[in-house]
Amino acid sequence: MSVQKHLQTLEEESIYIIREVAAQFQKPVLLFSGGKDSITMAHLAKKAFYPAKIPFPFLHIDTGHNFPETIEFRDRLMEELGVELIVRYVQDSIDQNKVKEETGKYASRNSLQTVTLLDAIEELGFDACLGGARRDEEKSRAKERIFSVRDDFGQWDAKMQRPELFQILNGKINFGENVRAFPISNWTEEDVWNYIQRENLELPSIYFAHDRKMVKRDGAYLAYSDYLNIVESDEIIDKTVRFRTVGDMTCTAAVPSTADTIETVIKENKASKSSERGARIDDKRSESALELRKKGGYF
Amino acid sequence: MDLLRISTAGSVDDGKSTLIGRLLYDNNALTKEQEELIEKKTVEKGLQDLDFSVITDGLIAEREQGITIDVAHIYFSTQSRKFIIADSPGHVEYTRNMVTGASNAEASIILIDARKGLLEQSYRHYFISQLLRLHTVVFCVNKMDLVDYNEDVFLKIASEIKAMTEQFEDSKPTIEIIPISSLKGDNVVYPSGETSWYQGPTLNEVLHDISSVEEVQKPFRFEVQNVLHVQNDEFIDFRGYAGKISSGSIKKGDEVVVLPSGNRSAIKEIRKYDQTFSEAHAGESVTISLNDDIDASRGTVLALPGELPSGERSLEATLVWLNEQKGIFGGRYILQAGSRTVQAKLQQIHYVVPPEKPSLKVDASELKLNDISRVSFKLSQPLFLDVYSENKANGAFIVIDPQTNNTVGVGFVERTSEL
Repeated sequence: MSVQKHLQTLEEESIYIIREVAAQFQKPVLLFSGGKDSITMAHLAKKAFYPAKIPFPFLHIDTGHNFPETIEFRDRLMEELGVELIVRYVQDSIDQNKVKEETGKYASRNSLQTVTLLDAIEELGFDACLGGARRDEEKSRAKERIFSVRDDFGQWDAKMQRPELFQILNGKINFGENVRAFPISNWTEEDVWNYIQRENLELPSIYFAHDRKMVKRDGAYLAYSDYLNIVESDEIIDKTVRFRTVGDMTCTAAVPSTADTIETVIKENKASKSSERGARIDDKRSESALELRKKGGYF
Repeated sequence: MDLLRISTAGSVDDGKSTLIGRLLYDNNALTKEQEELIEKKTVEKGLQDLDFSVITDGLIAEREQGITIDVAHIYFSTQSRKFIIADSPGHVEYTRNMVTGASNAEASIILIDARKGLLEQSYRHYFISQLLRLHTVVFCVNKMDLVDYNEDVFLKIASEIKAMTEQFEDSKPTIEIIPISSLKGDNVVYPSGETSWYQGPTLNEVLHDISSVEEVQKPFRFEVQNVLHVQNDEFIDFRGYAGKISSGSIKKGDEVVVLPSGNRSAIKEIRKYDQTFSEAHAGESVTISLNDDIDASRGTVLALPGELPSGERSLEATLVWLNEQKGIFGGRYILQAGSRTVQAKLQQIHYVVPPEKPSLKVDASELKLNDISRVSFKLSQPLFLDVYSENKANGAFIVIDPQTNNTVGVGFVERTSEL
């Protein structure tokens, strides 16, 4: 009962923020990756403007290394919502020699997304990008404002963040700058799952336990795919797993699990002492990995 | 489960980050990764006690300098309560970030170093806590281990705190004063074996006991964020005003005044997504339809007749200046309150108040970073605000510099009056 009250408070806040973005900016866009946070965002946006349609398009920066289940789900959801989906491909940035494919065992396209994203923002003239990042994910995320101003290079300057008072959101920016807006900043992973349960939201199947061919590397389980540079020390096994967070196939680790319903996933997450981001291999590159990527314009 | 929003503040090296780390650690609320990081860093730095600060200092510059620069939001829950802690910087330079952290809090924790007693920043932080009308302020006298858990040291600081808080007459938050050691864990979550002379609660007990004050019924205030216009088979000529109710309640059928036009109409429908409701309350994001087609756009305020907010063209406010670029007498700014923005002129700087002596009123012709002042603005259009002490949700605004688009100040309405 009281969990519901808490979720309701969060929902009211998020809807307020999404409405502010729609009103204060000329050309907002919602960054959609197909993960549970994006799906929650899409649902909140639908609620914010109903019975009117969501007044902004969605943008997916496609690395080409996605889980096929996510892409299938994405397309179905967009059709259901009736929103315009814009897709920009990291492969195009590679073909244009703007970014270089990483090599070696840990090669991933995750950080390459930044260039594709910044190009898309510039090309399409977006002045606000809504994203499903949460402050509880990681400690540099914990420093993020709800409206986070980025310069014309997409850079985040943590030292120069604007004060943000009460729920008064200052969306005024100079030409060329953009704002990254985070309506679910104050949600935790647990809140997102409880909300998905309450609202009965559908998720890509990979969030629930399934049998999969996996690569065991450094104690982590990665999905077997053509995108992964498999080395001799990797162990290939069949395993029952689920994904707690969904990024690229190359850098998102699974957890061994038999939780195949929302209820059991919530129960299992609660019992776990590990964090969600612990499954993002890219964040483990160094203590400051995510902050450095954000400074460079990453989400 | 209820939610408590807390902000922490203190001077540099008072050990805020360590306190939060300790609070989470002893409440068993850290993840495995965080615990491993603490252990790793403790060994790397060759420390005797666990280094908790690594949990909250999320920026490279913070770790380099060993200070907190910007607000970190920390989320954790215990059996009975969810917490959001805004861990705010102590450094004078970053006071603006402390105001940012505290603006959404209900309670604040102010750390005092037992060896140093009250510092200028302690006064500033208390001033801001009471200015924001936070209902509980917890003073943690930290580093008691470094003064041999001496009761006299604690009592002396406690009396200084009492003298400070008594200088403020109009607002009286609940005050708690606790002797702690974040590093050793005394009186944070577990009662200390070293302070037998202290009979009061631990910090954790205080944080769990703070009860959200029953809100007195406030006048209804609703500002339009977006106008939703729909024409389809299901919704024939639907016009709804989307917004969040800032205070009070509304029922279907209630007559409302639409400001600034002063036109009247009645509530036809209160909607949230695909459901309609007969009433709605403060904090709810709703879509309201009216009986009549009335000119209402973003920034329009709905209120009930008989309890209208004042809509004069000038207002008097307490202002905290948040920018290095000085606030100037006669300067032109933009005031924003929720979805409302107006052009404004800084008409008068009545005085600046030194935080350590709030009864003193110092003349000033400009506003420097962190100055707390009493000012008057002349507005190009009315803002329809309430006095902050009577209605927090509709009594504050931010000041934006139109040259830089930066948020340069925050104001708390003290009075609205005709020019």
